[in-house]
Formats: sequence, C-alpha cells, structure tokens
Amino acid sequence: MISLYEKKLKCSFDIEENSDISTLRIKKDNLLSVMFILKNDNQFLFDQLSDLCGVDYSTFGASEWQTNKPTTTGYNRGITPKSHGRLKFGDSVESQKKEDRFCVVYHLLSTKLNHRVRVKVYLDEDDHTLPSVVDIWACADWYEREAFDLFGILFSDHPDLRRILTDYGFIGHPFRKDFPLVGNTQVRYDPSVKKVIHEPVDIEPRVLVPRVIREKEE
Amino acid sequence: MKEFKNFTMNFGPQHPAAHGVLRLVLQMDGEVIKDADPHIGLLHRGTEKLAESKPYNQSIGYMDRLDYVSMMCNEHAYVLAIEKLLQLEVPERAKYIRVMFDEITRILNHLLWLGAHALDIGAMSVFLYSFREREDLMDCYEAVSGTRMHATYYRPGGVVRDLPSKMPKYEKSDIRNNAELEKLNYNREGSLLDFLEDFVSRFPDCINEYENLLTDNRIWKQRTVGIGIVDPDRAIQLGFTGPMLRGSGVAWDLRKKQPYEVYDQLKFDIPIGRTGDSYDRYLVRIEELKQSNKIIHQCVDWLKNNNGPVMIDDGKVAPPNKDNMKDEMESLIHHFKLFTEGFCTPEGQVYSAVEAPKGEFGIYIISDGANKPYRLKIRAPGFPHLAALNEMARNHMLSDVVTIIGTQDIVFGEIDR
Repeated sequence: MISLYEKKLKCSFDIEENSDISTLRIKKDNLLSVMFILKNDNQFLFDQLSDLCGVDYSTFGASEWQTNKPTTTGYNRGITPKSHGRLKFGDSVESQKKEDRFCVVYHLLSTKLNHRVRVKVYLDEDDHTLPSVVDIWACADWYEREAFDLFGILFSDHPDLRRILTDYGFIGHPFRKDFPLVGNTQVRYDPSVKKVIHEPVDIEPRVLVPRVIREKEE
Repeated sequence: MKEFKNFTMNFGPQHPAAHGVLRLVLQMDGEVIKDADPHIGLLHRGTEKLAESKPYNQSIGYMDRLDYVSMMCNEHAYVLAIEKLLQLEVPERAKYIRVMFDEITRILNHLLWLGAHALDIGAMSVFLYSFREREDLMDCYEAVSGTRMHATYYRPGGVVRDLPSKMPKYEKSDIRNNAELEKLNYNREGSLLDFLEDFVSRFPDCINEYENLLTDNRIWKQRTVGIGIVDPDRAIQLGFTGPMLRGSGVAWDLRKKQPYEVYDQLKFDIPIGRTGDSYDRYLVRIEELKQSNKIIHQCVDWLKNNNGPVMIDDGKVAPPNKDNMKDEMESLIHHFKLFTEGFCTPEGQVYSAVEAPKGEFGIYIISDGANKPYRLKIRAPGFPHLAALNEMARNHMLSDVVTIIGTQDIVFGEIDR
C-alpha cells in the first residue's frame, strides 16, 4: 500500500511508525492536492471523512515522575510540573514546542474498497492556518469548527468558522495543553445583582495519579 | 396587502422534541424552513480532556456517559483501542459476552429511539410498549454490572466478571402478593442466560406489536414517508454511518465489513432502505431489532455450552485474583501498581471503531508511552448526522423538523462529549 501512495501522490510525504493503519504525514501546502487524489483516484476512493481532529503536541512525552534507577540514597520521586491538570487560574505556561506544535488528523474511509488511511498535517505555533477540505468532504464543516473551537486551528476558505462546542462568548481554546483542566471562569447566579455572573474559577486543581512514562523492561 | 418576510425562530433547548439540549435557530418562510442552524455544546463536559488526565481504566465510566442510551457499545470501542495499543488477545468467552451485550445495547437503543420518535410525532402508546421490553434488558445490565445504565462492564482484556448464575428476582412487598410475584419471576428462576433465552423467544412477538401500531399506520406514514430524503452518495459525503447510511440504501456495516470480536462467526443480515426517507430508516431499525435478537440467540447458545476465562491472565493489565493476593507477593505488587498507577501503553496511535446502534463510534488514541492517553478523540456518529440537519430539513415544514431530529436518533451525550 505504501508504494501505491508513493506512486500516486505527486509530493513527498513521511510514513509515521507505530500506527495501526497507514499514516501519511504531509506538508500543508500539499493538503488539498493530496486529498483530492485520495478521494478520486480509482485505487484509493476515500469517499468518506470519518473523523478530523486537532492535536496539541506541546507536552508530548512529558512525565510527572522521575524514573531514575533506585539508588542507596532514595527511590523514584514524583515531580509536579505544570501539566494541564495542575494549572490554576492565572497560571500560564510557555509552550515548549513552537515548531510542529499543532496537528490536524484526518481519518479517511473508503466504503467502496473498504480501507482506511490517516493523514496528518503538522502546524507551527505561529502559523496554524491550513486550507479547509469542506469542498472535498461536506462533513468537514463541523469537524473543522470543532478543531478551531478546541485548539484554535484556523481553516482558510471555511464557509462559517464559528465556535461550536463551547459557550457563547467563551475565551480561549480549551483542549490546548496549556489550558487548565479546571477551566478559567465559573458561572453562578448572583442574587445581589440579580443576574448570572462569570468569575475566576475557585476549584482546586487536583491530580490523583501522576503521569508516568515507564521505560520498557528489556 | 401586507407582505411577510422570512423570520427567525428559536427552537429549544428546553423543548421535549429537542432530545435533550438541542437549540435550533430556524429561518422560516411562513411555516417552511429555509435554514436551520443547530447550536450544540450545551452538554459539553470535555470528556476527551478529562480522559487525558486520568489513567486509561478510569475513563471507561466516562464512555458510558457519552451516548447514554448505548452504553456498552461506547465502552467497547474504547477498550478495543486500548487492546490494540497493548496488542492483547481477549479470551473467546469474553468476546461472545461483549457481542451479546453489544446487541442487547442495540435493542435498548432502538427501543428508546422507537418510543421517543413515535412520541414526538404523536403516537403515545408505542413508548409504553417499548419501555416494557427495555426494562427486561436493563435488568440484564444490572445483573452483570450492578447498575442499570452506566455499567463499566468491559475492561481492557475482557469483561470485569463472568455472567451471573442467578438472575435477580422481584421481592415481595406491600403491593405484590405471592401470585403476582410468581408471575413476575417466572423467567427469573435460572441464570441470566436462561432469562435471555426466554426474552429472545418472546421478543419477535413484541416487535410485531410495535409494528402493528406503526408500520401501516396512516398517520405514521404521513409524517415519515418522503421526509428528510438523503440519496446514497450524499449520505456518504455527509459522513453518515449506521442506520442513517443504510436507510439510504448503502450496505455498509462495520460488523460485516470490518468484523471485530466474533461477528464473522455469527449469522445475521444487514437491512437497507430504498428511498432514504424517515420511513425507510424506521424500517431498517425495526429489522435491526430482529437481527440483533438473532445474534443474541446465537451468543446465548454458545455461552451456555462453552466455559472459560472472561479476562486475560496478565497482572500488568487485569487485576489479580483476590485469593492469590493473600499468598503471592507478585499478585500483591501487581494489584498495587495497577490501582495506583495503572498501566503504560507503548508509544503509538490507534483508531478503533465499532458499529454502535447509531453508527460508527470510533476512538482515536495517541499514546506517548504514559499511563494516560496523550490525546483521545471520540468519533461520535451523531455529530455528522446533526451537521446534516440543515440540509435534511430545508424546505420542509416546521413540524417535520421534529421527525428529522427523531429519525437521526440524536443523543447529546455523544455529540457534545
């Protein structure tokens, strides 16, 4: 299948390892031409966009546990870095990864040939705009709105790029890794002013299980 | 004469036909809809982000609460994705149990859909009939998991416990005498499988009852035939899956096309519609009830004759036996590690999908090797369906919007996530 992609797609791409299905990593300039070929070529016929989602790779591989080898002086220790579960109101974290921070993942399905492919486009933090695929698959409309809402990824030529899942007037992009899990604001009815007010969140962030990455034992 | 222009109308979120919290902003020309703009997200709980801050096993319960009328199917997609990451092979008996409960879930979902859809359109009594059978299946949920809805029964590596050998019974109370009690408990003397066997044998007659009320009903036909027509190519283009796609005449079902668990060993058919209108989708779902019934029957037969483990024997993923923990140091350590830290999955990315009652329910997990998913994306079938509401409802009457919301089988738990 990989050789077929190499033959048909008229641009360079990378194959991502450790995936269950073929995963193509392409440049955003080639997005529309590649998608057009994937949809229309007789050997691909990816007629359905199963899923489209954003990913924020800024804390990929970060651990909250120091997994040093045990020594005579002590054991492994938990550390408390600023992960999204532990962020409080007003905390800000500088993103570690500016290049290729965001990613848009397309899952394509061919109902005619019964196969799937995953296409990934990586985007820099400063330039997270890419062309919309609404003209190729109509259902991309809402998926792109969702990726915009949750990650702030912009899709050029999208007919109606509005927020979709968050509240009217919401500020920020909640699925980014620097957005606190407890949120920034909370809503309550204030009887003194007789209206619903927004105020800074007062939930204490709490992480019950630290994030651990264990090296595989040989 | 006075001229009327288009006007804007708000529908929901507090409307019984909005199936929860759908808000529609409709552009009306008289009573004809020119444009429908669904506003969603009123039930957004950030399930995906929550799952990213919890060990894998602690998110299974969140899956139940996505599509809260087809609970176990959601769990299924999630545990399949984890099993794919860990490359686990699930015991045969667990596979049959999962398939059986997937089909029970499908019946549960379709019965709720049938009752609510008919109620929306104006047929009150179907609701009462369909909830009668739902109650029996809810009892099956309760018998295996202890809860009627949010079961958390599937686990990576199998199911949490084997099927019970005794079916819970109704108990005597001030309002039930012995004779009534006997009548209520007649099929609860044996095991869960005996109870299901009895259910499977009487369910076809129940389906006939629903059909008697609706299939040839003049009013039902007037309200559904020719409403919300989607042609096959457009249905694929719009991302439709499940009965919505099959109603348009595309024979696409993941259970047949990309079989998981033991679906390739079971006999069942895939019904498809012809015209792609709401009535066809109704017929497709009714036939799916019958097919699910057939699958459950086959699973019950198999499960009665084949015993075996229902969970893999791997202390890294599955909790160890309580008895072993008393004697074995290793089991104790496994238990401690599993419940304080969970398990780490290898780095990689997987997408696994199941044919949920509403369509393709997919889970995409990106793992960076940690004990929590780095990114979890839930592909909910209802999301693209609702996105197509505008197209389906355009140039229909206002009252047809209710039919279209009903025929799409909208549940906000999964759409808003």
